[in-house]
Amino acid sequence: MIELISTQQCIACDKCILVCPTNVFDRGADGLPVISRQSDCQTCFQCEANCPADALFVAPHTHPLPEASFAHDEEHLRRTGLLGSYRRDIGWGKGRTPGAALAVGPALSPSGPPLIS
Amino acid sequence: MTLELTTDVLVVGGGPAATWAALKAAEEGASVVLADKGYCGTSGATASVGTGVWYVPPEPDAREAAMASREALGGYLADRRWMARVLDETYERINELADAKYPFPAGPDGTSLRTGLQGPEYMRRQRIRVRRAGVTILDHSPVTELLTSFDGAVAGAAGHQRQADRPFRVRAGAVVLATGGCAFLSKAFGCNVNTGDGALFAAEAGAELSGMEFSNSYGIAPEHTSVTKTAFYNYATFYRADGSVLEGAGSQRGRSVIARTLLSEKVFCKIDLADEAAQKAMRLAQPNFFLTFDRLGVNPFTDPFAVTLLAEGTVRGTGGIRIVDDGCATTVPGLYAAGDAATRELICGGFTGGGSHNAAWAISSGSWSGRAAARFARSIGRGTRRVQAVGGAGLRPAGKVADVDVAEVVRTVQAEVLPYDKNYLRHGDVLRDALGVLDGVWESLRSLESVGTASVTARQAAAMVAHARWMYTSALVRNESRGMAKRLDHPELDPLQHHRITSGGLDRVWARPEVVAA
Repeated sequence: MIELISTQQCIACDKCILVCPTNVFDRGADGLPVISRQSDCQTCFQCEANCPADALFVAPHTHPLPEASFAHDEEHLRRTGLLGSYRRDIGWGKGRTPGAALAVGPALSPSGPPLIS
Repeated sequence: MTLELTTDVLVVGGGPAATWAALKAAEEGASVVLADKGYCGTSGATASVGTGVWYVPPEPDAREAAMASREALGGYLADRRWMARVLDETYERINELADAKYPFPAGPDGTSLRTGLQGPEYMRRQRIRVRRAGVTILDHSPVTELLTSFDGAVAGAAGHQRQADRPFRVRAGAVVLATGGCAFLSKAFGCNVNTGDGALFAAEAGAELSGMEFSNSYGIAPEHTSVTKTAFYNYATFYRADGSVLEGAGSQRGRSVIARTLLSEKVFCKIDLADEAAQKAMRLAQPNFFLTFDRLGVNPFTDPFAVTLLAEGTVRGTGGIRIVDDGCATTVPGLYAAGDAATRELICGGFTGGGSHNAAWAISSGSWSGRAAARFARSIGRGTRRVQAVGGAGLRPAGKVADVDVAEVVRTVQAEVLPYDKNYLRHGDVLRDALGVLDGVWESLRSLESVGTASVTARQAAAMVAHARWMYTSALVRNESRGMAKRLDHPELDPLQHHRITSGGLDRVWARPEVVAA
């Protein structure tokens, strides 16, 4: 689930509010997004993929994590490279090659074609 | 203030089928409105998951092999003519995507590989293409009901815009339902917008369903997480807690062994059959598969991790709204169905692993329904028809009005369709008990009145209950095991039941055998 919005990195572009398929965010009084309906989050990582500022972190868990969790430790997420890692891996963002262009996986059978998705 | 729009074609949904429908309707010269519950570009199973595509070059041997490969798995309910036309259409449309600059990767010999699509990339581009085609996109605009004209033809839809918090109504010459399948809010990857809404709307307008017994697909995911991408589990071994191998368990064959074992103990997994080269390539092919592991700090190739099975219902099942012609019309004039909202039995019978065939079906049925809807809209002209809204359960009470706890309704339906020992490992006695509960919940929803944002959740709940009742009613008519519709009390395939099962009805649900055209 969405667990972190970095107020330090957020540029208040409203993109996450717009793209979240299950309408989890609202715009807060200060203009930054707030997580209003976390229980509706389906852990699809789309907000993170679409955040141009790498300001969001979605934990893989489908239930909320406690306050002391790594998912709320912004410094830890930055240090380990987890913040913004999905965007990096799919090659979204300026100067990156779209991951789709490089997506040549293994074949599922000896004579089969390589998996590309 | 209600947002009022008039258009030739209204497309409901925002995934692959919806975007292809919108593109092809616009190419036919129709004005098009696309209304998505979430955001067109991120909504639905494909956008988050990505997908293989049943893309086969037009070489007779390759096409023959492709068609033959799944016939037995599907219980011989697919139709060769439909398979052939889906292969033709999909081949053309995927090549169209390549012309539109989708960055397909190149193989070792430099050839463009076109048998799969990265979800976020594919759907981001589809959104751009739809906008460029002049389609009006309504995001965060869940439809809650259809509008029909005096003669029973579908003439638009109404709903409630969640972020703008205002009602909207779109009058249309024709409507394409591309709302996806139903995964019962199981949190399977990207599937929580897929609550079967389109099937409910269609049934309320008088349409029928087909193959609803093929609705018990379950995807593997690491425990307490969402990513139900299963291809790489072909490289996995499944274990018990004590480290012994769980015999017979597997991803393609043997998923029911996992389900049965999970009823009483945890099941663990290691993707330990992939060599180093395969491991590296996996990361390129499916970066989203590794999101979970990297964030949990688990090395899936060496560390055992607990797995679960998440219900994907008719998203990776094959049942849906019944199609009656080559343009994907339903039995109701002006109403078309595409993608996972429609039955996929025509090309895969009673089984699909998702992806591949479903993706090809979304592309093809989307394109056909868009074109057909545009032609239908043109044929009836632009005159203003008197319309009525036909939404029932959860919206407009049938008699006395009562308070209904919608969250409780959802929990109740989930308790009947998510458990492995009810929906996956099906038994007639259990299905009959479940139907008793579901009928009761439906009854209560008939007394619920809702408006605004509350109507969206109420209608989702109604759609899930309706879906579950068609599923189990159909499953009880199929007294055998065929495709994914297996019955513990009828474990063998019965050659005499080589038919499809049509279903429908709301207050009174029915299902009956339908002979498969030779």
